Amino acid sequence: MDVEILSRLQFAGTIMFHYLFPPLSIGLGLQLFLCELAFYRTRNPAWEAAARFWTRVFAVNFAMGVATGIVMEFEFGTNWAAYSRFVGDVFGSALAAEGIFAFFLESGFLAVLVFGWDRVGPKMHLFSTLMVFLGSAFSAVWIVVANSWQQTPAGYHIVWHDVQGEQVPRAEVTDFWAMVFNPSSVDRLTHTLIGALVLGAFFVASVCSFYLLRGRHDAVARRCLSIALPTALLFTLLAGATGHDSAQKLVETQPAKLAAMEAHFETSEEPTGLYLFGWPDAANKKVHFGVQIPRLLSLMVYNDPSRPVPGMDQIPEDARPPVWLPFQTFHLMVGMGTLMIMVAGMACWSWYRGTYGERRWLLWAVVLMPLAAMTANQAGWITAEVGRQPWVVYPSVQNGVEMMGMRTADGLSESVTAQQVLSSIILFGIIYSLLFAVWIFVLNQKIQHGPDSPEELTDYKRRHKEESMSDSIRHGGTAYGGSLMDKETG
Amino acid sequence: MSYELLTFTWFVLLGVLLCGYAILDGFDLGVGILHPFIAKDDRQRRLVMNSIGPLWDGNEVWLVTFGGALFAAFPVAYATVFSSFYTAFFLLLTCLIGRAVSLEFRSKVQSAAWRKTWDFGFFLSSLTAAALLGVAGGNVMAGMELGPRYVYQGSLLSQIYWYPLLIGALTVSLFAMHGAIYLYLKTEDELQARVQRAIHPLFLTFAGLYVVATFATWWHVPHATENIANFPVLWIVPILNALAVLNIPRAMHLNRPGYAFFSSAMVILAFAALFSVAIFPNLMLSTIDPAYSVTLDNARSSQATLGTMLIIAAIGIPCVLSYTVIIYWIFHGKVKLDPNSY
Ligand code: HDD
Ligand code: HEM
Ligand code: HEM
Repeated sequence: MDVEILSRLQFAGTIMFHYLFPPLSIGLGLQLFLCELAFYRTRNPAWEAAARFWTRVFAVNFAMGVATGIVMEFEFGTNWAAYSRFVGDVFGSALAAEGIFAFFLESGFLAVLVFGWDRVGPKMHLFSTLMVFLGSAFSAVWIVVANSWQQTPAGYHIVWHDVQGEQVPRAEVTDFWAMVFNPSSVDRLTHTLIGALVLGAFFVASVCSFYLLRGRHDAVARRCLSIALPTALLFTLLAGATGHDSAQKLVETQPAKLAAMEAHFETSEEPTGLYLFGWPDAANKKVHFGVQIPRLLSLMVYNDPSRPVPGMDQIPEDARPPVWLPFQTFHLMVGMGTLMIMVAGMACWSWYRGTYGERRWLLWAVVLMPLAAMTANQAGWITAEVGRQPWVVYPSVQNGVEMMGMRTADGLSESVTAQQVLSSIILFGIIYSLLFAVWIFVLNQKIQHGPDSPEELTDYKRRHKEESMSDSIRHGGTAYGGSLMDKETG
Repeated sequence: MSYELLTFTWFVLLGVLLCGYAILDGFDLGVGILHPFIAKDDRQRRLVMNSIGPLWDGNEVWLVTFGGALFAAFPVAYATVFSSFYTAFFLLLTCLIGRAVSLEFRSKVQSAAWRKTWDFGFFLSSLTAAALLGVAGGNVMAGMELGPRYVYQGSLLSQIYWYPLLIGALTVSLFAMHGAIYLYLKTEDELQARVQRAIHPLFLTFAGLYVVATFATWWHVPHATENIANFPVLWIVPILNALAVLNIPRAMHLNRPGYAFFSSAMVILAFAALFSVAIFPNLMLSTIDPAYSVTLDNARSSQATLGTMLIIAAIGIPCVLSYTVIIYWIFHGKVKLDPNSY
């Protein structure tokens, strides 16, 4: 295999593995903040037990996000050196801003969130939780802006530099804000963030529904569900709305991607239909086993059921993306979105009627929903990234001037060999599989253990206060023996 | 600001980020290296780990931000350095992952074998990360086989020879000493006494390697001293470096560990300054032909980007510093175990 395929595989593998964690960090961050806010307002120990429990889950997930994110930060340099030289002037500032504005914020306040329960007051703790949530949302902002710029570049021009006698092009920023607010960044950012919030809400709803099924931690579970179910419904509806917005923009900015997502091969005079499912065959420009609703794509894209949508035949042969994968992942995402809207809708309805705990099939459906949310998130990215091929940076027109793009194949590191990439893929394949197993194991343990019971918590705190009285005068910290610890970790 | 001044400012700011990383994550890595030797039972192992518990992640962000800032300010250097060090760098990433998850997972399960495994992972990844950082620094210092159009022509093997290995060993000993002084500040009673006994031999090892590395650099990397020869005021950097080194045993002797920690931080600062002085105005020197080197001039971003980035930094850095101070203040004092600890 050549360096290009291997590097793409490696990038896809590492980013998809990384992207298992960020959406949960962002989404759970919001749920955690809401629980803690409820505790702050009501001072009900059940809310505190909930907040402390979600903090523990959050910490495990966050550590995985950090560990895998570091790899992403440097992979542009290791595997995509030519690409890095081409876009560094534009792309680098977003990555640097992410470090300064987002990562410092989240990692700093994470310390207070996780380790500070007994060191700072409730107000400071609540504030730290909010900062961690905002920090993780900010990091999504910058990285998605950078990615959107690759898809729909703006605010730049191409400058030719002399490198030891050879002319080499480079993209340079002419207008920073036009670069940040490029045509797709706002739409894609809101859609991505909402995708993360969907996952967080369903994750909480899932764990709590599991407790109801097992008849455990009833007080905590019901309180959390009262937040998680309505937010899950709200965010899935918003995901559909923002996704629809993205698709409408695509027809102007990346018609090739839209054509691939819908397996729309030939443009015709007739209005365009929408496939519910099918098996696209790009070589023969056909969709096998396809079921199509006439006119629906025209309606969705143009709000006009009679206007034809341009197809793949409008795109030059050498600039066409693969069709099969974006088609399937796109339909998978939309399918999962529809499923989640239905489940969240039914769950909210039965919650409102007060029958939620009795419908076991519904509880089980909610228990499974985080998988659907995770699948939609991953599938969305695959659609977006594979649909962008063969470009790593899209060509564009700025103020009437045509700007060159960059093909993925031209973005590679010249000095890196296939052998090296293969070794790093194997190395990371092993490490990531182990990590994944450990993560699932520890997460499962945390969930099985569940939140502390509220009475236990108040008890412990009273005892704890007495014990540490004398000690904290000396150290300004909290004193603690080993015995309770065994319970917590056991 | 002129383009030249902006470029130089970013060279200095990158030095500050790298140095902040080395000082802060330096003690984390040092604590990891010392972990199996200092702590003798499970409680002590947890104390040692929790001494850096709330802090290591924020410390690592200095490296992440350094990476982002290098990408933005000198994209050619970012691309060239990381693709040249491909294999070494993936090993470093492996170590950083290993450390993060060892800390996070170790105390989550009540089993001796489980904990032993992660303890070993914590030690090995900290040790190897420190060594790799040093080896990379040694290579950049001595120059690398860059060919035309910044394409690296060497391999992992050509990066491993005596000089970078020496710098790797120097880095390990420096971080171990730095970590020991930090641990001394954070621990008490018996554990602290054990740390104290370790500081002396660690200092001697470091001082020995420091002398050897100084002469080795003089001999093996002639260009390193050129800038100092041309600008004699720069002599102040190695002199301050030596003074800071000597100040460490003095401060420990005076029973002022905080001052000793400050001194070892200053040693790291001085090393970073020496390194910057030595390579300036190159970022990566080619040993094949100096014309192929990555320099400040051919690696930098456009003037507009450097300017925008400076504004971003001017807004961001005060925020970062203020909450770093808050967090360190909240977690100051001796480490204690509580139900939220690792
Ligand atoms: C939508 C959100 C999102 C996306 C698309 C990405 N990340 Fe990420 N990243 C996060 C959201 C995030 C996050 C939520 O902020 C973290 C922190 C904890 C976590 O689980 O993920 C994270 C952690 C994280 C870290 C560790 C930060 C630390 O040490 O605190 C780095 C260096 C990166 N990421 C870099 C990247 C790069 C280079 C990406 C693209 C190729 C990328 N991330 C995609
Ligand atoms: C927002 C930051 C991101 C950036 C800057 C980015 C950039 C890139 C780059 C440079 C490549 C390799 C070149 C290529 O094959 O086109 C790539 C490929 C890919 N990325 Fe992203 N990506 C980002 C986020 C994501 C996320 C979060 C996912 C989903 C989990 C994702 C999924 C993929 C996939 C599946 C590929 C392989 C596509 C292919 O090679 O056919 N990306 N991306
Ligand atoms: C239900 C209807 C939905 C529609 C019509 C829709 C539409 C879209 C479209 C058109 C894109 C590609 C955007 C681009 O490449 O510029 C996209 C990407 C994406 N979708 Fe969806 N989506 C839906 C639901 C969801 C849900 C429920 C989730 C997650 C829970 C989700 C997560 C994502 C993600 C993570 C991306 C990649 C980031 C991006 O390009 O914005 N989507 N979606």
